[in-house]
Amino acid sequence: MLNYLLQLIRKTWVMAEMEVRKLLHDPTELITRAIQPILWLGIFGEALSKIRAIPTEGFTYLQFITPGILTQSITFVSIFYGLAIIWERDMGLLQKILVTPTPRLALVWGKMISAGVRGLSQAVIIYIFTLILQIHLQITLLSILGVVFITMLGASFFTGLSMIIASIVKTRERFMGIGQIITLPLFFASNAIYPISIMPSWLQAVANINPLTYMVDGLRVLLITGNISRLPFDIIILVIATFAISFLSAYMYPKVVV
Amino acid sequence: MDKMIIKVNNLSKNFGSIQAVKNISFEVKQSEIFAFLGPNGAGKTTTIRMLITLLSPASGDATINGHSVIHQPAEVRKVIGYVPQMISVDGSLTVRENLMLMAHLYDVPYRECDERIKQILEFIDLEKYAGSLVRTLSGGMIRKLEVGQAMLHHPDVLFLDEPTTGLDPIAKRHIWEHLVELRDTFGTTIFFSTHNMEEAEDVCDKVAIMNAGEIAAIGTVAELKERTNKKDATLEDAFIFFSGNELQTNGNFHEIKRTRQIQHRLG
Repeated sequence: MLNYLLQLIRKTWVMAEMEVRKLLHDPTELITRAIQPILWLGIFGEALSKIRAIPTEGFTYLQFITPGILTQSITFVSIFYGLAIIWERDMGLLQKILVTPTPRLALVWGKMISAGVRGLSQAVIIYIFTLILQIHLQITLLSILGVVFITMLGASFFTGLSMIIASIVKTRERFMGIGQIITLPLFFASNAIYPISIMPSWLQAVANINPLTYMVDGLRVLLITGNISRLPFDIIILVIATFAISFLSAYMYPKVVV
Repeated sequence: MDKMIIKVNNLSKNFGSIQAVKNISFEVKQSEIFAFLGPNGAGKTTTIRMLITLLSPASGDATINGHSVIHQPAEVRKVIGYVPQMISVDGSLTVRENLMLMAHLYDVPYRECDERIKQILEFIDLEKYAGSLVRTLSGGMIRKLEVGQAMLHHPDVLFLDEPTTGLDPIAKRHIWEHLVELRDTFGTTIFFSTHNMEEAEDVCDKVAIMNAGEIAAIGTVAELKERTNKKDATLEDAFIFFSGNELQTNGNFHEIKRTRQIQHRLG
């Protein structure tokens, strides 16, 4: 058991390290991925903030949606990890890794951590952009550590989800379609760009079981409201959902090669 | 007495109603170069995938150095290396990083990693390219790197699935020089599939001819030729004699697409 745990930690680290090295060899991806959240904040956010029709708990609309846009950006980075797995399967890399004495969970956790690192780079870019747009955020040591933790958890959850989808659909073409179908409804059926209170009751029910809602809520507490009473609940939900999906993903995704 | 490192006993595999591998049995000696010869769709890749624990057999069992592929897959994974038909290195990492990744995944002790990687880089003649991104290498170099990755942990058996597909004749010869040297240096058993008759005839100690999911014949190249009772018989004559077919190397749409993709990637 101890041996298994040591293997798990060691190999998770190796997988994550190699993913980060890839990013360092070619960081242009980080820049291109930053365009979408900048457009959401700079165009969508700026335009809707003029309407003042959405209740935003006493904060500006740009403040209100910043955690939502960060969450969306992390979700989009993570959800395409499934595509990477299909690509690695087509290349033969996945088969080669699967026949090494490596716990499947280490392969999943390695990808999850690397998605988290990519997510953090998005957080840094969005922080910088909020400074340019003069959107006031809470920047304390606690809030930064909390954002790092929630970003890693959220990125991990959506990476696990995408790996499960990849193991079911098996082809890039189908994954692209399903990826779009899943990410947009998750985003709109959450509190990312409007509060749950203005939704019809059926959508509120969906939003309340959507992990993205808890991620946005946690980030909103840390970045804007500072009302940390809800934070433990958000984090517990995200931790449970992430662990559950990582075990399911470790079971499911080797099937992508069959 | 020679040790049998691979023992396959009544192994079979179905995909839906198609029986891809039909109750095959054979043994491979330690340090042998063993060729699995047959056309596309004969069941070669499926058999290899069962032996390396990627696919579960429908029935039967196989052991690699005494470890059952069904009951002890984790043990099997420690003693094998695998080079898939497709390009299985990460083009976004350097040569050294690709070797480092596999060294860690194969549990090479941390203290020995650098030394092993150095040895392998010398062995595959890629020392000068250690810091280069793999996507900048030629096809032959990439195959050599893949072989290097699979031998970092000194496996008992190295499985290669059509290792020279898409390579030019010079690169093919280099790959085989390295594989023979690997066997001579470390005593590694080399098990490879191919539909290239000349390759099988030139390098292997033993050949199994596989056709339509069955082993049609098994033996040394000389034995198989002799059993055709034809003067100056070639291995291709032996193949036709035992399988009743000419070797069709074209395959179906999916196989052609994959072969062309590999050729394209290898440049």
